[in-house]
Amino acid sequence: MTAETIAMKQTGTTIHPRWVRLCHWINALAILVMIGSGWQIYNASPLFDFVFPRQTALGNWLAGALLWHFAAMWVLVINGIVYVTLGIVTGRFRRKLLPIRPAEVIADLKAALTFNLAHDDLSRYNAVQKLLYAGVILAGIVIVLSGISIWKPVQFQELTAVFGGYDAARYVHFFAMAAIVGFLVVHVALALIVPKSLRAMIIGR
Amino acid sequence: MRQRKIIPGVDPKLLIKDAAKLMPDPSRRGFLRGAVSLGALTYLTGCDIIDGDTAEGILRKISEFNDGAQAALFSRTKLAPTYPESAITKPFPFNAYYDEDEAPVVDGKTYKLEVAGLVENKKSWTLDELYALPEVSQITRHICVEGWSAIGSWQGTSLAEFLKRIGADTQAKYVWFQCAEGYSNTIDMPTALHPQTQMTFKFANQILPRAYGFPMKIRMPTKLGFKNPKYVVAMEVTNNDKGGYWEDKGYNWFSGL
Repeated sequence: MTAETIAMKQTGTTIHPRWVRLCHWINALAILVMIGSGWQIYNASPLFDFVFPRQTALGNWLAGALLWHFAAMWVLVINGIVYVTLGIVTGRFRRKLLPIRPAEVIADLKAALTFNLAHDDLSRYNAVQKLLYAGVILAGIVIVLSGISIWKPVQFQELTAVFGGYDAARYVHFFAMAAIVGFLVVHVALALIVPKSLRAMIIGR
Repeated sequence: MRQRKIIPGVDPKLLIKDAAKLMPDPSRRGFLRGAVSLGALTYLTGCDIIDGDTAEGILRKISEFNDGAQAALFSRTKLAPTYPESAITKPFPFNAYYDEDEAPVVDGKTYKLEVAGLVENKKSWTLDELYALPEVSQITRHICVEGWSAIGSWQGTSLAEFLKRIGADTQAKYVWFQCAEGYSNTIDMPTALHPQTQMTFKFANQILPRAYGFPMKIRMPTKLGFKNPKYVVAMEVTNNDKGGYWEDKGYNWFSGL
């Protein structure tokens, strides 16, 4: 345990308030179900020359996957709305994620890749974290909107048109998924490398 | 595994194989069995956290809730986008749970559309009588539950007009369609009355070929492809949900677009 975390414990500073942790884990579960079932749905009509391995796809067959997908979407969207609303209203997004300066991102990325990035103060995000967290929130918004475009291309045809039509919206949905999965790989790996960040997301400190 | 571009040039042979894939794995009992033991939840827990039947029950309940949500989102007046002739997908795919050469062969000379249920005039209709009805046309996007889509051109008569003509009780909840090969569909009355819902007799201004549902298809650009029955031989206006081929297997009932 570092001096900083001890100090934090003593002062009782909360890194992640309860609502952030709650939203985070609900979202984690919902997004895993969405990805797993989404892969199965993708397999029914692949956009590219590959399919996802059956073992990683949720729902057993297309109908099952669709049931999972359209159940978990409510959890993802409602939880997402709560999270984004609170993030804006409490000023957390502005405080934690802004500003994102390219020069700082480059400097922190170099430091990270050479394992020289400090993790002393978990309550302050480095520039790479800011970029990734802001980016994944944006990908989340894009995946929900493109998903609605695919689900309701008649009732919400104006939205579908924004994505370039039904077929193009499927590609947008796929790439947003790929971005989120890419984020997840980095995010989970880093959380395991810096376990106290995982602890902070569970108990808050 | 397979090379297929979903936009133009859809390979119809591959689509037939796809339709077969819509079916549940016969080695598994219950269409969702195994769903919970596979995939993301397993990564999290390393074991089945919910019994398969419980999960299936919950998912079916949510699917029914989604029927209601979709009915609420459905606009009786909002039209599906239409396209120019140049946008028509060629060849337009054949799609069913059987091969094209197994598609039903309906004799147009003896064909009669049976009309049943909550209607004043239950007389059946010959093809000549149906062809004499006022013609409407649409070029719209057919969207399959699998995800691919294709733009087609359909001509026929408005189902809403037909229902009025036969004195259907449009306060009834459903219209049920029976097809020559045993396929069936139940749709909600608001969709049946939608201005683009069509009793289709022609594709691209030619009498429907067998592959596309001769002699009659019900074309609904506001619903997924599988809710658009082909080879329709009977319709019934009813307050009972009589289900449908894929719906009974677990696909979402409303399946609106």
